[in-house]
Amino acid sequence: MTKYPTEQLKCWNKAKEIRENFYKNYATAKDKGGIRWAGGAWSFGAIPAGLGDDVYMITGEPYGASVAWNKDFAVECQEAAEKAGFARDLCAYMRNYWGSMILDKYAFGGKFPKPDFIWQDHICCSHAKWYQVVSEYEKVPMFCTDVSTGPYSELNESRLKYVVDQLHEGILWLEKVSGRKYNDQKLIDAVYSECEATATWAEVCVLNKTIPAPLDEKTMYSLYVLGTLMKHSPIVRDFYKELRDEVKDRVKRGIAAVPNERCRVMSDTQPPWAFLKVFRYLEKFGCVSIGSLYTFGLIGMWEDKPDLPAPRPGKFFVYAIKCDDDSIYIGQTDDLPRRWQEHLEGTAADWTSSHKPVSIVHYEEYSTREKAVKREQDLKTGFGRKWLIREIEAGRARQAGGTWGPKTTPQQKGIKIKTRDEALRVIADWTLSRPEYQHFYDPALKSAMMVRIAKEWKLNGVMLHYNRGCEGLSLGIAENRLAIQKAGFPVMTFEGNMGDEREFDEGRTMTRIDTFMETLGLNKLED
Amino acid sequence: MITAGVDMGAKTIKIVLFKDGKIIGKNIILGGFDQRAAAEKAFHELLTQTKRTRNEIEHISVTGMGRKEIYLHPPISADHEVTEVTADARGTLYLHPSARTIIDVGAEEGRGIKCDANGKVVDFAVNEKCAAGAGSFTEAMGRALEVKVEDLGDLSLKSTNAVAMNAQCAVFAESEVVSLIHAKTAKQDIARAIHDAIANRIVSMARRIGVEKDVVLIGGISKNKGFVDSLKRILEIDNLLIPAEAEYVGAIGAAIIASENR
Repeated sequence: MTKYPTEQLKCWNKAKEIRENFYKNYATAKDKGGIRWAGGAWSFGAIPAGLGDDVYMITGEPYGASVAWNKDFAVECQEAAEKAGFARDLCAYMRNYWGSMILDKYAFGGKFPKPDFIWQDHICCSHAKWYQVVSEYEKVPMFCTDVSTGPYSELNESRLKYVVDQLHEGILWLEKVSGRKYNDQKLIDAVYSECEATATWAEVCVLNKTIPAPLDEKTMYSLYVLGTLMKHSPIVRDFYKELRDEVKDRVKRGIAAVPNERCRVMSDTQPPWAFLKVFRYLEKFGCVSIGSLYTFGLIGMWEDKPDLPAPRPGKFFVYAIKCDDDSIYIGQTDDLPRRWQEHLEGTAADWTSSHKPVSIVHYEEYSTREKAVKREQDLKTGFGRKWLIREIEAGRARQAGGTWGPKTTPQQKGIKIKTRDEALRVIADWTLSRPEYQHFYDPALKSAMMVRIAKEWKLNGVMLHYNRGCEGLSLGIAENRLAIQKAGFPVMTFEGNMGDEREFDEGRTMTRIDTFMETLGLNKLED
Repeated sequence: MITAGVDMGAKTIKIVLFKDGKIIGKNIILGGFDQRAAAEKAFHELLTQTKRTRNEIEHISVTGMGRKEIYLHPPISADHEVTEVTADARGTLYLHPSARTIIDVGAEEGRGIKCDANGKVVDFAVNEKCAAGAGSFTEAMGRALEVKVEDLGDLSLKSTNAVAMNAQCAVFAESEVVSLIHAKTAKQDIARAIHDAIANRIVSMARRIGVEKDVVLIGGISKNKGFVDSLKRILEIDNLLIPAEAEYVGAIGAAIIASENR
């Protein structure tokens, strides 16, 4: 029973080509007189871009996953790492990378290319250690930025400065190790590009709220990966824009990823890369995995959207904006989304240009401009303000917003980056808001995001991968399970390892999926 | 309507015939190397015992690790397959409608199942790539102690000293048992330590899904009094329900599901 039409993504081959070129360019960088750096997928990739257009990188996590995908080579790498004395329970990506380096074999053919320097950040327990080993083994210098500044909601000036200062120092270090003069304009371009690329990926993920989902998670892995390779690159930015337009078109035409979709789930953390067939197996039950916090929030950048009503003839709005000093600004308009954007850009009112607007905490609709103006004046009185604050505190205000959507980029906010310092501040702030950073501080932050995905993407259940290969992203996952269950969503768990297939039991995992599908009331539609 | 449920377990095969809401026959056999042949033999025996023919059986549901062996495969040709968790829940609720938590310990797998009043599975946990939480663990330990597995239960009930066994893994636990033997630890104390170790693993799995009364223990290991004693102690419950047909519950569940599969 096929319910929905389906078709292959038109930009699929382009995604493959970008990935292939990335690894090829890294290997051949020296033939072109270029620079090679190694570091994590989460590192501040936009910054070395200031060294020139011939700077090529290899990001460790996707490389480790590429190794995992080739089962025979993966075991060879893991055994080489173990033989060198590294314990089997360490990060599987790291072991795959180390093994490949020790064997001097590149997953894409030839010898393992040696980087000129290492540019890394440190959020998870393995990040800095991974590249300390590489730095000592390859005898190349390393710079590591510490980003452990606490949850984004608690970011303040001194915390931001802590990261920005390290990045300033990093640029001086880059000039020294490369012998090149740093170009601030290239940095600014890369920062703009990264913000746009990562917000556009979130836009693609939002489109998957549609029933039927235009994308399935297995396909998304091949697309989000480009952001893990070079999220600051205009190549990725342009590809994500093309992808977004194509997915929008799929939504418009009702094209489904899984033609018999009747059940929607999400996963979590990296999958066991050598066994992506798990996702194809789900399709036998008419089940689509629409993504995960991992696929959405590792590269995608998000925020609460105001979800404002579209302007309509004969509709006028009175609204209250909460500013960053907790002050309340009250105004009226016939076009709430446009007015909100103007407030964000600082062009709507003196008050909101000097006091950063946070959100629209209340709005009301009126049929005439006069009624709206009258109400605005009433609310601006002492009595009106008191009433409004009481309503907001009691949760009775008609709050706008609440759904998760792409983070507004600096360019959308009209921010013009002119200096190195401004660029570093923008990219530091942008990076620290990354959803997948937040659970390092408190699993409840991750649970809240997962539950909102489950609700907003209309899920029937959740499949959690207890991923032994990644201490970082598996941290607190058992807590997440309880929170998701409490929110009313059935959860199944399976154990495995993203990069070390020796710890994955395929038969039992498939049986577990059978059981989970039975508990959701689903039988196999095909065998 | 007569239906059959077959549980192709890792060690034994259980078959139940079901007619108009009642069990009319059951049989159990060791699976051995050729599970399909063993199932066919047991099925034939059961038909002879109950004076029935294959044609009289309208639907056959199969569960258990080896279910692919007879699913759509003649002569048994089971026409429906179901997972162990769903079959266990249905079978247990048939025998004990008050059951909300089901603990099933078979030869190779331990399972914790939480269900609602309709037998719908709300949550479940299954042991991972490890046999330490399953029946075969006690058999291996019995061999190390040179005690028949059926005598291990009574022996452990005689224990007066709690000896800790730290190993989580069946392989390491065996070497720990050997060390205890060499340290002249009383056999009954080692037997209890073995049951405590497996019960600890099972309980931690059951707690993951939340233990709600009534708790029912099913699976072959429920015949082991020593394990039952350890499980009750560690779960801190007095009333652990064990159906007389504990080994057949999966097959009963499958037979019931077959009767609904019109």
